[in-house]
Amino acid sequence: MKPVNVIITKVVDETPTIRTFFFDTSFELIPGRFVMVWIRGVDEIPMALSYENAITVQKVGPATSALFELEECDSFGIRGPYGTGFEIKNGSIMLIAGGVGAAPLAPLAEKISSNGAKITTLLGARTRDELLFRERFESVGELKVATDDGSEGEHGYVTELLEAQENHDQIYCCGPEIMMKKVLDIVEPSRTQLSLHRYIKCGIGICGACCVDGLRVCRDGPVFSGDVLKKTEFGVFRRNECGERVRV
Amino acid sequence: MLSLTLTGLKLENPLMLAAGIMGTTGGSLKRIAECGAGAVVTKSIGLEPKSGHSNPSMVEVDCGFLNAMGLPNPSYKNFQDEIDTARKGSVPVIASIFGGFADEFSEIAKALDADAFELNVSCPHAHGYGTDIGTDPELVEDITHAVKKAISAPVWVKLTPNVTDIKSTGLAAQRGGADAVVAINTVRGMAIDIETGCPILGNRFGGLSGRAIKPVAIKCVFDLYEVLDIPVIGVGGISDWRDAVEFIMAGARAVQIGSAVGENINIFQDISPCMEAFMAEKQWTLDDIYGMAHEV
Repeated sequence: MKPVNVIITKVVDETPTIRTFFFDTSFELIPGRFVMVWIRGVDEIPMALSYENAITVQKVGPATSALFELEECDSFGIRGPYGTGFEIKNGSIMLIAGGVGAAPLAPLAEKISSNGAKITTLLGARTRDELLFRERFESVGELKVATDDGSEGEHGYVTELLEAQENHDQIYCCGPEIMMKKVLDIVEPSRTQLSLHRYIKCGIGICGACCVDGLRVCRDGPVFSGDVLKKTEFGVFRRNECGERVRV
Repeated sequence: MLSLTLTGLKLENPLMLAAGIMGTTGGSLKRIAECGAGAVVTKSIGLEPKSGHSNPSMVEVDCGFLNAMGLPNPSYKNFQDEIDTARKGSVPVIASIFGGFADEFSEIAKALDADAFELNVSCPHAHGYGTDIGTDPELVEDITHAVKKAISAPVWVKLTPNVTDIKSTGLAAQRGGADAVVAINTVRGMAIDIETGCPILGNRFGGLSGRAIKPVAIKCVFDLYEVLDIPVIGVGGISDWRDAVEFIMAGARAVQIGSAVGENINIFQDISPCMEAFMAEKQWTLDDIYGMAHEV
């Protein structure tokens, strides 16, 4: 598909570095799937839908900075959604979110909550102000917080809230790769689903730029089971935009 | 039934992975080999690491895909490991390489250990590379000759359809000593966002692949078969076994599959048995159908 033109209807400041852009078009929201967001003349980047008609973005580079220049009534292009989403499970569920990694997990929380699952969320951020979507997680279950600077909750990484004997039917995780690797080292991999971030070019499984070993993040993922990732370079190496192998 | 020898390489089947598809990591090439490809071709590799054009670098259009990746690659200095990993898939690994001059091509070819080399003189959207040189028969001959002199592995030359007469570049490659030609690379194309008038690809224009270009590719293969003594490898828009048979009938000794891999990564193992069943029913061998369209 060619990019669909969407017009911004509302911009919400979620944290000092994260904004949600609501737009005039709704997409089928299968949590974990992503869209390619085209900021015309600048770049096109992969982004999770945080609502069926919104993306939630952290300002980290040229493309997201250009996005932050946009206001209500401005437009950008979207193609997708692409990839595989989270497989929905029931029972006792743990969500582990780091930073803007909460974006795909909040709609997931709402979806599995409506199925009657018991949800515990571990939410981490650099500071208290950067905690994303805490109300959305609080409204569907228990919320535990960790901040790098100790301004709220546990002082340290979100993984410090995690205990080896966590006994949940399913764990869903999204955040910085180092954090996800730590989670994977602690939990039972076969009962864990993780959403990966990689440099994505085509978004449709053709070019191979986003491959983690032989796995296409854009098509086979971005959500993978922990036991699949355990056998790969995940958490150790990633590819830069040239395809060079670099340390995570 | 489908096995063949192509420029000295033994292939279990004539279906190869095309360059630029799933070809950056050794792991992805190995996966395609394990999915039943007869051989795999790497992403085009150059002298220095290159990040390519800005996104969007690929977009699906009505009849295929437009791309302008811009030859992103980690440089040959960082690529032998990937080839070595790809070889664990137990099929020949062909290194696609590109450069601006004959010396660059031969420097890269000398430094890499691969089962064969495919010279990319046909990328339609990288300034100073690809089509910029691949439309000039003299340059194609010089580059091919330089690489042939530098290495002993088979050398294939991938041709651009963006010329008036593809036979002249094919003949130039043959004069330069090429062991085979590969036809075709993508067809120059462009798409525009009508909301704003903005060209969609980051590079503004790019190359068209997929179903739309198959008849163009069939005609190029047909024409090359008529004039060349070396084998032609067909590529462009193959998405099922019928397409593969059609290319072989046009005169392709083997074929490469690219865009269709996105939709179906198992396409190689899907095509092989269907081709075999078809040929068995017709009581034809690969040799029988090879170039058949020229005899009827």
